[in-house]
Amino acid sequence: MLEIKNLVVSYGSIVALHDVSLNVVAGEIVTLIGGNGAGKTSALKAISGLVAPSPGSIRFQGEDITRLKAHQIVKRGLCHVPEGRMIFANLTVAENLDMGAYLRTDAVEKRATLQYVFSLFPRLKERAQQIAGTLSGGEQQMLAIGRALMSKPKFLMLDEPSLGIAPLLVKTIFEKIVEINREQGITILLVEQNANLALEISMRGYVLETGRILLHDHSPALRRNPEVRKAYLGGG
Amino acid sequence: MPHRPKSTLFAAVLIIAALALVVPQSINQYYLFILYDIGINIILAVSLNLINGYTGQFSLGHAGFMAVGGYTSAYITTVLGPKLLLLLGGAGTASSSLLFLGSLLAGGFTAALAGLLVGLPSLRLRGDYLAIVTLGFGEIIRVVIQSMDAVGGQRGFSVAQTYTNLFWTFSMAALTIYTIVALVRSSYGRGFIAVHDDEIAAEAMGINTTQYKVTAFVTGAFFAGLAGGLYAHSKGFLTPGGFDFMKSIEIVVMVILGGMGNTLGVILAAILLTILPEALRSFEKYRMILYSLMLVILMITRPQGLFAWNWKWRRRASPATSNKKGSP
Repeated sequence: MLEIKNLVVSYGSIVALHDVSLNVVAGEIVTLIGGNGAGKTSALKAISGLVAPSPGSIRFQGEDITRLKAHQIVKRGLCHVPEGRMIFANLTVAENLDMGAYLRTDAVEKRATLQYVFSLFPRLKERAQQIAGTLSGGEQQMLAIGRALMSKPKFLMLDEPSLGIAPLLVKTIFEKIVEINREQGITILLVEQNANLALEISMRGYVLETGRILLHDHSPALRRNPEVRKAYLGGG
Repeated sequence: MPHRPKSTLFAAVLIIAALALVVPQSINQYYLFILYDIGINIILAVSLNLINGYTGQFSLGHAGFMAVGGYTSAYITTVLGPKLLLLLGGAGTASSSLLFLGSLLAGGFTAALAGLLVGLPSLRLRGDYLAIVTLGFGEIIRVVIQSMDAVGGQRGFSVAQTYTNLFWTFSMAALTIYTIVALVRSSYGRGFIAVHDDEIAAEAMGINTTQYKVTAFVTGAFFAGLAGGLYAHSKGFLTPGGFDFMKSIEIVVMVILGGMGNTLGVILAAILLTILPEALRSFEKYRMILYSLMLVILMITRPQGLFAWNWKWRRRASPATSNKKGSP
């Protein structure tokens, strides 16, 4: 579904990604793990058109999207939930969700998606009229995911959904991610520092280090890999 | 911190429109001119609020747009006016009103064009950088006008007819408020606030942020141009120096004092900041010191904006969502 070949991303003279290739098959949950500054976020930003890649190609459903603008990419069903729960703090929860469906014109189906998001995260329904900036961290993450779902994506990219959230809520959110994948058939590319959790729910994983792909395997195999255990899973 | 009170704002529009009809035309000239200034400043502040408040960009060039509009409309009524009046059927009230309205709109559109010219190249910039570019742009306009002999250059430009009256001033103010409030409250308009709150997230949601920023600039500039036309035809005399960057700062102060993205607050701040320097006239040489001191005190005690009543539930968002603001 998504094929990336020899992607390079640089900010001025600093190269964030060197020659990264990866692919995601429809229906999968694939995770990208790695330490701080490994280039995980840069990879997602390049895919969704938020930063322009210098050499490399990105194909989505067979179409070359490397040079497309962010809003054109969203239109094709690829939606990015940015890191740090970037919700619109001054809009209400309902308005935030509405912004997620910004490019959609089908009012009836939009309502159906909204019902789905509310059933997935009942908390959002309770707080629909609340200003989003006053939500807790976990609720804001739910809102960010819900808002992305409102665009009715075929492919969802999540950047660090566990960042700064209470452990109990992290579990809920990860369960919801699996649910979204299974029930809606939405393909997911997950970037996560919590490698343990990410490898638990994903089918395959890529290990990124200083802008290069170091390893790539099925998640259970990665969890057994001694190097990965040592570097990312806190085990010996 | 944008917020959008519903009925109150439309009530304000009605009151301001009513003011145009209720205030007797025989009022003392001094007060009359203060009323004109209030109306003009409301237009300027409310339109800048779309750019600086709702959309979260930082423009310091509003006086530049005002100058473009002011000079354009003054040139039309003064230089082209006599010929145009003949075309419109002689110097009656109807034809001169039409001429004035036309000149105001022409001023607005020319300023909007200028807004497009600044908007397009400066969209890659945010915050302080954008502020500097718009500041530079405002100064360029001033210098260009200064060297244009057709409009008097440094000597200034004398406007033939002072067409501005209460009706025009306040109906234009009401039009400005109505348009901008309706725009921001529409579902399209939420995009401005989305761009303000988080540009990256907005972009990731498929919002064309460039288009929103240009729209904000062009719309803001249009109304600034309108205000410039009213200003030109109330003072009767234009000098490039009247549109220097201090004028821009004055408008920015109104927006900040009123509360960024709070239209009602910005209207009240525009009224207050027009009256205040006049009310302080009896203090003579201490006037501007007192004025500045009051601004400092107001900013320290009411950083959320002087007129943000409901600031409790608009409390600051978490650091993760309130970073990278283009606003101070």
